[in-house]
Amino acid sequence: MAGDDALLDRSRDISQPLDRLSADERLKKSSDYLRGTIATGLIDRITGAVATDDTRLMKIHGMYQQDDRDLRDERRRQKLEPAYRFMIRVRLPGGVCTPEQWLKLDSLARAHGGGSLRLTSRQTFQFHWVLKEDVRATIQGLHEALLDTVAACGDVSRNVMCASDPQDSALHAEVAAAARQVSDHYMPRTRAYHEIWYGEEKVASSGAEQEPFYGATYLPRKFKIGFVVPPSNDIDVYTQDLGFIAIAGPDGLEGYNVAIGGGMGRTDNEPTTYPRLADVIGYIPKDRLVAATGAVMSVQRDYGNRLERNRARFKYTIDDKGLGWIKAAIEARLGAPLEPARPFHFTSNGDSFGWRETQSGRFNCTLFVESGRLANRPGRAWLDGMREIARVHRGQIRVTPNQNLIVAGVAAEDRPAIEALLAEHGLAGGLESAIRRNSIACVALPTCGLAMAEAERYLPDILARIEAILAAQGLLGEPITFRISGCPNGCSRPYVAEIALTGRAPGKYNLYLGGGFHGERLARMVRENVGESEVLSVLEALLGRYAAERLPGERLGDFVERISYLASASQVPARITPII
Amino acid sequence: MTARALFPADTLNLDQRRHVEALSGSVTPEQARWISGYFAGLEAGIARLAGDGGALSPEAPRAARTLTVLHGGETGNCAGLARMFAAAARERDLTAEIVDMARYKPRRLREEQDLLVIVSTHGEGDPPQPALDFFEYVEGPKAPKLPELRYAVLALGDSSYEHYCEAGKRLDRRLEALGAGRLAPRADCDVDFDETAAQWSAEALALLAAQAGAGSEVSVPADSAFPAATAHDKRNPFDARIIENLVIVGRDSTKETRHIELDIAGSGLAYDPGDAIGIVARNDPAVVEALLDAAGLSGDAGLTVKGEATSLADALEGHFEIALTPPRFLDHWAALTGAAPLRRLAGEEGKSERLAWLRAHHVVDIVRRFPLGGLDAETFVAGLRPLQPRLYSIASSLSAMPDEAHVTLAPVRYQLHGEPRHGVASAHLADRGAVGGTLPVYIQPNEQFRLPEDDKAIVMIGAGTGIAPYRAFLQEREARGAGGGSWLFFGERNFRSDFLYQTEWQAWLKDGLLSRMDVAFSRDRDGRTYVQHRMLERSADLYAWLEEGAHLYVCGDAVGMAPDVHDTLVAIVAEQGGYGRERAEDYVRDLQRSRRYQRDVY
Repeated sequence: MAGDDALLDRSRDISQPLDRLSADERLKKSSDYLRGTIATGLIDRITGAVATDDTRLMKIHGMYQQDDRDLRDERRRQKLEPAYRFMIRVRLPGGVCTPEQWLKLDSLARAHGGGSLRLTSRQTFQFHWVLKEDVRATIQGLHEALLDTVAACGDVSRNVMCASDPQDSALHAEVAAAARQVSDHYMPRTRAYHEIWYGEEKVASSGAEQEPFYGATYLPRKFKIGFVVPPSNDIDVYTQDLGFIAIAGPDGLEGYNVAIGGGMGRTDNEPTTYPRLADVIGYIPKDRLVAATGAVMSVQRDYGNRLERNRARFKYTIDDKGLGWIKAAIEARLGAPLEPARPFHFTSNGDSFGWRETQSGRFNCTLFVESGRLANRPGRAWLDGMREIARVHRGQIRVTPNQNLIVAGVAAEDRPAIEALLAEHGLAGGLESAIRRNSIACVALPTCGLAMAEAERYLPDILARIEAILAAQGLLGEPITFRISGCPNGCSRPYVAEIALTGRAPGKYNLYLGGGFHGERLARMVRENVGESEVLSVLEALLGRYAAERLPGERLGDFVERISYLASASQVPARITPII
Repeated sequence: MTARALFPADTLNLDQRRHVEALSGSVTPEQARWISGYFAGLEAGIARLAGDGGALSPEAPRAARTLTVLHGGETGNCAGLARMFAAAARERDLTAEIVDMARYKPRRLREEQDLLVIVSTHGEGDPPQPALDFFEYVEGPKAPKLPELRYAVLALGDSSYEHYCEAGKRLDRRLEALGAGRLAPRADCDVDFDETAAQWSAEALALLAAQAGAGSEVSVPADSAFPAATAHDKRNPFDARIIENLVIVGRDSTKETRHIELDIAGSGLAYDPGDAIGIVARNDPAVVEALLDAAGLSGDAGLTVKGEATSLADALEGHFEIALTPPRFLDHWAALTGAAPLRRLAGEEGKSERLAWLRAHHVVDIVRRFPLGGLDAETFVAGLRPLQPRLYSIASSLSAMPDEAHVTLAPVRYQLHGEPRHGVASAHLADRGAVGGTLPVYIQPNEQFRLPEDDKAIVMIGAGTGIAPYRAFLQEREARGAGGGSWLFFGERNFRSDFLYQTEWQAWLKDGLLSRMDVAFSRDRDGRTYVQHRMLERSADLYAWLEEGAHLYVCGDAVGMAPDVHDTLVAIVAEQGGYGRERAEDYVRDLQRSRRYQRDVY
């Protein structure tokens, strides 16, 4: 029971003195609410980097210090420091922006971001390649467009996701507003961001005023919240720390099923770390949303592991304390038990592309953006194309959870102009294979410091080879989810894909198969640390069997699950399932 | 260098020479220094016992006139020549005192009897920086009449500058005007000064010896006027193995700056931080080919260079400057071709535009534009200057990098007449300097650029490859555990690509060996920011460091950076010290005089 704190192991949580917790906790505490020495580091001309401690604090300001890893070795020999750059991530609840904001994002990407905008798997924008001296200008530019980067990274509530529903139902509008409300409510309140990035004066205030919810040490780890509108599970609600599944009645939105404890990240050779799907623990009426969010997050804030960072995510707190105990703690903080979960039904976690008419009689067009990378490349002047569209468009532009774009709210009479621009800039799409349209790659090399192998840059090639196998089996039209991550942390949500690769070393990946098509089941690792030829030979054998033995309408992931169940029915589940 | 030069026949008899040779082969450098001190002390003692004809002094010391060798320069060439002259003088039983103009008390002039002046010219005919005081006094109204003085001037310069050897010419004129008697005519030396300087020295020595009534009247052959200083020198360079040759500017740099590491193990070469290394580079065979083509000459044509038979191709590759045109080639080619435009340029009428025109026309360009048939090899090369070694400040310290010498080199490349052109050593190293190959080198000491005592603070100002000696300084200080503060100002074009040795400075900053560092990048977004701007931003601290006794160093570009830095320094002293301009200049001059402001500019 939640009340039995005396029997509870609290040796790793916020109740402990700081010197018994991890260095990150001490850093947060001593940073004066995320100020650290960031401001002085920005004007240090001897290095393009900032102090190591400040790089951790800056995550909560929405940016990562990175370097061009393609040049790292070359520059080391040249006695030059790494080519430091900053990745800046925008806070964009639900992935919605206006054309005016798009034009600002576009101009900042051209001025400071190496001419590209990256759509992320959490529905926002990333600028890569920003130099230290341009970080402030970038953030001030965003500010002009009423955008910011607060809490886009770090130990706080991250960008709040929301279903991108291309039908634009009234239900969706209400859920999107709720997502923004939650995002705003649980934003860090420190003035450090305004002081450092906007140059505003420091205002004296007490600690409690600075962070009434988070406190000086914020959360033990990142916290991901997402809203989904069935039957689409585009946000992969089971991968969120806290997911809200919208439940509608005859008069629209009534409330949410609450799912807790999802998370993708794992650490190689650390069996105590693992991907985990969220558990649906009950239902709340919609007017309890902010309170429920606070109840869940505060349980993680107060009981989460602050000693071992790789065990600090909410999913481990749940498994360590027990789901029942956690649920009771949440209910205690809510002051009432959760209602039983209501029925719901998902069909897919992918996007549906092309034009859709909305309930209000306007039109939305979902565009396929491979790997979420908007840049100008031969035959694909996508950055230019979206700029031209933003100049004439009068609705919204949305980022989907699958790193694609929706040009939303187009009036019937404006559609021809938009269509012409899409065609002119190679954005109309429609020729890609179904697997390509259902693919996600994280950024990985050369910018991400965690990457062990290629992801975004490798996706086009590996997919071409898989497409050849699919074509030979007559499966090119079959939607299959394919996701690739450069490391085991899983930003592309690989562990719920039907086919997934996670990087181990240059050219080496773990191969996962059998995730649920709508994100309801984890994939199994079938090969560990193998190269492309082994990956392709496994897929060739699997897809051959799939073409021959699949049941009518059976998804690849379900097929994999069925044959591996048959193969290992009498065996203890192994870490690696050698189904092929 | 032959044994004859080391032991002139009239100094030691054969038996004595054998003893000395045997001894010199077995002693360590320290023992050698002790022995030399022993004999010097013995000689001094013998001299005091006047008249006692000891074994070391077969003749009674003469009540001779005093002889002073006064030198002024910025690179150490003049000091080196002065030392060699004094050594040669000793062989003729003449005692010469060597004094640097930077430390010479000008009022001593009226007491001088025989004075030899060796002085170089810089910039627009200016005296060397450390000699400015001396010039101001001698050329000013306070200078005394010098009727008793006999003098000779050896002027060093570079004929590709307009005011060639001007500083020497000025002193030569002024001393005459003050009533002094010219002992020997002035000699003007171009960058290939060895022969001219040796000739002048031999002549001056012969005159001095004759007039002192010393010994025989045998003339001193020019090539033996200077004894060899080290085993390896300019004429006998050491083939150092190239162990690293790497472009150390990042991609997208507008430069091609290289870091080169040379293995000098077994060479006997030794250097101090601040010294330079001379690279005896060869011309690019392709450039030689092009020149031969233009002149209609065969590379196989035979000719004699410095008494040795060789082929024209080899001579052009290894013995002559064939890119930048010296004025003497203009005269030569004007005379040979009789071409009117060349004659006009060579004459009085073309004086104002001559140097600019020469800079824009390499030898090959002139030969192409004013071709001449029926030329022979000897005639062709008669107008060319000998190929000079290229000097680079050494970027390492022997204490930290035993048996190695590091060089920081920015290859010179540009377009001229639609063709790519490049500097000699630059191209040699960039294009033909593969790791594993060798490079002929020697050490050029630079007494004008020396670290102070370990506990003294240093302020180092450098742009581009001018940062090289500071790497040597810090390596040395690190190896010695020197505790003095250090402050580095560095300027280049772009932060991300051109921050030379960035990670090394960062490490030294982190461990405190380098106390402070300020950088200026002129082609980054802010643009047009140079080291002097950073100095100005730090005026108060910089002045405080100077007040507390810091030594200041400037290394790099002589035309752009060094004068700006100098002016800025004066401005900072004026502002921070509350001085007028004149007093601030005095302050800075005092720094130079006390060797607390040293420059190595090129």
